Amino acid sequence: MIRYVATRLWQSALTLVLASIVVFVGVRALPGDPALAMAGEEATPAQLAIVRAQLGLDQSVPHQYFAFLGKLLHGDFGNSTRTGTPVTDLIATTLPVTLWLSAYAIVVAVIVGIVFGVIAERFRGRWPEWITNGFALIGLSVPNFWLGILAILYLAVTLGWFPASGYVDVVANPLKGLYYLTLPAVILGTSLAAVIMRQTRASMIETMKTDYVRTANAKGLGAGRVLFRYGLRNSLIVVVTIVGLQLGGLISGAVVTERIFALPGFGKLTLDAVFTRDYPVIQAVVLVITLSYIVINLAVDILYSVVNPKIRVGGSN
Amino acid sequence: MAITVVDPRTDASAAGLGSARGRIWRSLRGNALGMVGAVLLVLVVLVAIFAPLIAPYGPAEVHFATPFQKPGTVGFLLGTDDLGRDIFSRMVFGVRASLEVGALCVVLSVVIGTPLGLLAGYWKWLDAIISRLTDVTLAFPFLIIAVGLAAISGPSLTNAAIALGIAHIPTMIRVVRGETLRIKESDFVLGAMSMDASGLRIIFQHVLPNAASAIIVQATVIMPVAVIGEALLSFLGLGIQPPTPSLGIMLSDAQQYIFRSPTAAIFPGIGIAVICLAFNLFGDALRDALDPTNTSRK
Repeated sequence: MIRYVATRLWQSALTLVLASIVVFVGVRALPGDPALAMAGEEATPAQLAIVRAQLGLDQSVPHQYFAFLGKLLHGDFGNSTRTGTPVTDLIATTLPVTLWLSAYAIVVAVIVGIVFGVIAERFRGRWPEWITNGFALIGLSVPNFWLGILAILYLAVTLGWFPASGYVDVVANPLKGLYYLTLPAVILGTSLAAVIMRQTRASMIETMKTDYVRTANAKGLGAGRVLFRYGLRNSLIVVVTIVGLQLGGLISGAVVTERIFALPGFGKLTLDAVFTRDYPVIQAVVLVITLSYIVINLAVDILYSVVNPKIRVGGSN
Repeated sequence: MAITVVDPRTDASAAGLGSARGRIWRSLRGNALGMVGAVLLVLVVLVAIFAPLIAPYGPAEVHFATPFQKPGTVGFLLGTDDLGRDIFSRMVFGVRASLEVGALCVVLSVVIGTPLGLLAGYWKWLDAIISRLTDVTLAFPFLIIAVGLAAISGPSLTNAAIALGIAHIPTMIRVVRGETLRIKESDFVLGAMSMDASGLRIIFQHVLPNAASAIIVQATVIMPVAVIGEALLSFLGLGIQPPTPSLGIMLSDAQQYIFRSPTAAIFPGIGIAVICLAFNLFGDALRDALDPTNTSRK
């Protein structure tokens, strides 16, 4: 077990270092000169050189990379070249919005996905299965930003059930904050719910066929107990994996969702930074996303190996 | 004693199933939803191919005298947008763009993902390298890749397809790698190994043909995701650029005047959904048909 965790930790660290190099090199491949953008078009070469030195752009690329890494380890992402605000501050204000949105979306998706998955399995070949299967197909086929536009049009504006846009701090005002995030979270969670539903159904069908479920049924355990103790328990492992796998999609989805519902989150920070070539912000944003992605996947793998000992034997699989 | 070990793919009679192709075809035909998907798929592809013949107007043709026409107006089947452009014509060309990006993305992920997956599954030392590279790529959500490409060489249809392709290569590698690991352990490959067949020969003669169905199924999974991805990128301004019509651009345009003309936003969304539904339905049926262990299907 310890060996497995150590292997995964080492792999994750390596992935992170490689990713940081990719980001660093990638950002420098962008056209446009950040020093010029900061100093202004009519800056003299001398002024430009000063800005360049301030940004560390006059050093060699490897030197810049290590300087960047060193600062990173101290939690210093530099300042935004556009506004001069420390990138750490920008992240601190925008990240919570996206985290709340994503967490809310995951909760919605997991609940809806599992409930629908169980319904689909319990009522195989009858109308409840068709409805839930139809839901899953729609969830996978319909772009969520289109659903978002429709939801704003009909649920928010026409019916007035939800606010069409805006964000209220969830910590300061939990009820109102969550209310404002409900529509975006449901929209963001739709496709995830569809994937979870399908996997839950498939894994439940497999589990219900196993000998131990047959034994449990033969022993006269109630259907509900069999369902919860054996069926759902196995499905939960699958759900954990899926959430890990779908995280990348969830992040991309969050960017669009934030755009549609005008939420001041990480997605907005990302798009703004790219369109204004804000190097330090782009770097930080991508690294934060990459880091969280790697850490969550590591956690998922370790969690998975705790629940399912067979995986540990397989090593790096 | 002579032991013959046969490859179940090349020698279907050994499995006692008759022709494997016939079985797959029967299973596909018996799947009503899959058939609906197949019909939709053919329709969508025909629309994309014959777009100039089907569309009554050019996709960028403006009719300033008749903006915001309602669907069903004479001459404008689905109405017009803010510039009086025919929504139906734009959608027909938009479907073409969606399939172009989707197909490019699938080709990219198959052409790059398959060989890497085969190598990683077959040779353990290569697995370590390829799997790390896969991990690194997976650590970047496709939107980040698209954002990077758009920033470096400008947003375009090709860049959108490349970004989506890069994002899907890792899953293709994983699928092919998993299949290779499984097939490598089968008797016919062990038999070929014992006869000193070279690794590449085994890969091409035994592993690749047997992994083909998994690759095809994965391609049908990637296609709708790529179509939605294109729409999303174009919606954000990172994909196809106007005046080339894209269902995503139509959506982002329509969002500006959504209260005046909601149908302008509704139809492109339905278009995306129909394309994806076609691939999802057909892909599901194909997966059931190609899975020899699946006998539960009625």
